[in-house]
Amino acid sequence: MSTITEHPTYNYDIVRKFAIMTVVWGIVGMSVGVTIASQLAWPNVMYTDFEWLTYGRLRPLHTNAVIFAFGGCALFATSYYIVQRTCQTTLFAPGLAKFTFWGWQLVIILAAISLPMGFTSSKEYAELEWPIDLLIAVVWVSYAVVFFGTIVKRKAKHIYVANWFLGGFILTVAVLHIVNSMAIPVSLTKSYSVYSGAADAMIQWWYGHNAVGFFLTAGFLGMMYYFVPKQAERPVYSYRLSIVHFWALICTYIWAGPHHLHYTALPNWTQSLGMIMSLILLAPSWGGMINGIMTLSGAWEKLRTDPILKFLVVSLSFYGMSTFEGPMMAIKTVNALSHYTDWTVGHVHSGALGWVAMVSIGSLYHLIPVMFGRKSGDMFSTGLVNVHFWLATIGTVLYIAAMWVNGIMQGLMWRAFNDDGTLTYSFVESVEASYPGHMIRAIGGMIFLSGMLIMAFNVYKTAKAPRPATTAGTEAVA
Amino acid sequence: MSSFWSAWIIIITLGTIAFCAWLLIGNRKGMKNAGEDVSTTGHTYDGIEEYDNPLPRWWFQGFIITIIFALGYLVLYPGLGSFKGVLGWTQEGAWEEEIQEAEEQFASLYAGWAAIPVEELAKDASALQSGGRIFASYCSVCHGTAATGAYGFPNLTDNDWLYGGSGATIKETIMNGRSGAMPAWLDIIGEDNVKAVTAHVVTLSGGEADAAMAETGSQVFGTYCAACHGANGKGNQALGAPNLTDNIWIYGGSAEQIALSIRNGRVGNMPAHKDFLGNDKVHLVAAYVYSLSNK
Repeated sequence: MSTITEHPTYNYDIVRKFAIMTVVWGIVGMSVGVTIASQLAWPNVMYTDFEWLTYGRLRPLHTNAVIFAFGGCALFATSYYIVQRTCQTTLFAPGLAKFTFWGWQLVIILAAISLPMGFTSSKEYAELEWPIDLLIAVVWVSYAVVFFGTIVKRKAKHIYVANWFLGGFILTVAVLHIVNSMAIPVSLTKSYSVYSGAADAMIQWWYGHNAVGFFLTAGFLGMMYYFVPKQAERPVYSYRLSIVHFWALICTYIWAGPHHLHYTALPNWTQSLGMIMSLILLAPSWGGMINGIMTLSGAWEKLRTDPILKFLVVSLSFYGMSTFEGPMMAIKTVNALSHYTDWTVGHVHSGALGWVAMVSIGSLYHLIPVMFGRKSGDMFSTGLVNVHFWLATIGTVLYIAAMWVNGIMQGLMWRAFNDDGTLTYSFVESVEASYPGHMIRAIGGMIFLSGMLIMAFNVYKTAKAPRPATTAGTEAVA
Repeated sequence: MSSFWSAWIIIITLGTIAFCAWLLIGNRKGMKNAGEDVSTTGHTYDGIEEYDNPLPRWWFQGFIITIIFALGYLVLYPGLGSFKGVLGWTQEGAWEEEIQEAEEQFASLYAGWAAIPVEELAKDASALQSGGRIFASYCSVCHGTAATGAYGFPNLTDNDWLYGGSGATIKETIMNGRSGAMPAWLDIIGEDNVKAVTAHVVTLSGGEADAAMAETGSQVFGTYCAACHGANGKGNQALGAPNLTDNIWIYGGSAEQIALSIRNGRVGNMPAHKDFLGNDKVHLVAAYVYSLSNK
């Protein structure tokens, strides 16, 4: 296929480090998730007086760990891998790349200490206090320098679509983080947002939704655009579609934040714009799903035997489902039912577990063997990858189905009223009715987590296995 | 909103939508018909090639439909800067409309009940059903679904009242709220006297305490506490000062809790409900609460 015969020696050291930490932080972040899900399902059993382990402090630890530690390391690992291989050149500024690794790990460890201690800016998905925010900004700018520097010195003539998405993600996340985290420090551990009132809420959700849109969507679409055609060994379905959906996606996602603030103090016009842009976003989002899934046409039979491809294709299915659900939930009348219920939590996890985690896991199973001198996708045990696939799928389905049922039930219970105009249910009755769903959610989470433990074992065995003689030392062939 | 900002919003909103439409329609040109051979773009990245397949028709049409819907919505509803939309819809207006509708439908029912004295109404089963439902929505969060109270929140079923248990008093409590303030005494009487008064208060409701301490406590009580709680500790409903002799406690009756109350004081706050429930519904809740202690 390739006419380029030159194979530069890629910088895999940094990719390997980030790939392994992705697995480690995935286990940590999901364990915290299972813990807080259990606290909600069995509050009497899980109750603790030790404030470090209370729900209010562990919840931000969970979200930060899975989004920025697990998801972040996955993005660093795959983007450094993709940008080198599609640009046919080694990383620009390898020292700086090394700094992004150690800097990012430091951010994660500081988060893991400061959040349970109760230090928080109280901004959702941006709870870390200002000194850590500054460190994030420095690491992120370094990341941008390494990534775009590598693009600039590329040997390939054009820039591959995966790199458009990764570049868009890196630039936008820098802007989002810096603008949202603007605060006035009053001490080393406390600061106050420079925004107030409805404007603060709007900035918060402009950031919050685009953490989803750029960190968890554009970044992972970049991942998808490399690993799906690579693993399927098929050309990408449509270059034209990738152009249209890329530009439409990045210019409409940025508007969608106000749908988190429907029927609040946010002005009516802002809410409307958030809603219509979220609806327009449906087609651009689906462009990625179509391009990924249709890339398999002509290679469908591979799904029978290749569990890595199963991870990638099922992740695209969850992606399509979540990005259909999202615009629907952004419609004000639907939102009036779904808002503040478990439905929102289910929606997030259909994206987080079904899409983000599964596309990352599939990509890592492709990439990790290459890190250890093996052929891409050649894990120690393909059977265990298959087991992991089923655990991840069943765990995700249990989780989101439980939250759908709970969410719709809660929404309906809260709005039901009697013929004397009074509410039919008190709030606590809706909490009581949510118990079975909360239990199933915790079990679904445990199943998903057990898959990650199997992955850790498989990765360990792959790393320790002797290198096959045929590929050792010729990394670029993979 | 100034006309500058209004224009700014209109321009970037319509500009974004127009950009999407242009992108979509612009890339339709040169599209192949179904069945024609599709070639790759000729680029290769790490072995990955790209077909130049046309935009799927259903996807293209879906995209156009969302754009048309969005433009229609912006004509009908507020969105384009200070343009209010031809329907004149606002969330505040929609809320007021629903409230008014509910008023019209239910106000006469509650007005009818409000005309009956609380004590009388407490015998009306259908009124108590509605009153109980309102209680479940607004009161159970603190007082419990069975109205038996919780730490810091009085039990409403034991016919023991801080401010009095007549229908009118209960209604007054719900309408305007109550602020119970037990001052902190540590700085005034010192820790030794806090312990002594605790011993005395424990004995008031029949508990056991060191007799000498209780005796000292009794004298301190007479000086500082009797003004509100009465010389005999039976309390004063005019002030909301609890009766200390009946072994009914808001914060628990252990010596530790009693000492905490004396040392640091307590602040109890029953919120006023008149503004958001209104007289008629408060009247009904009062009847329900009255019924809990007067079966």
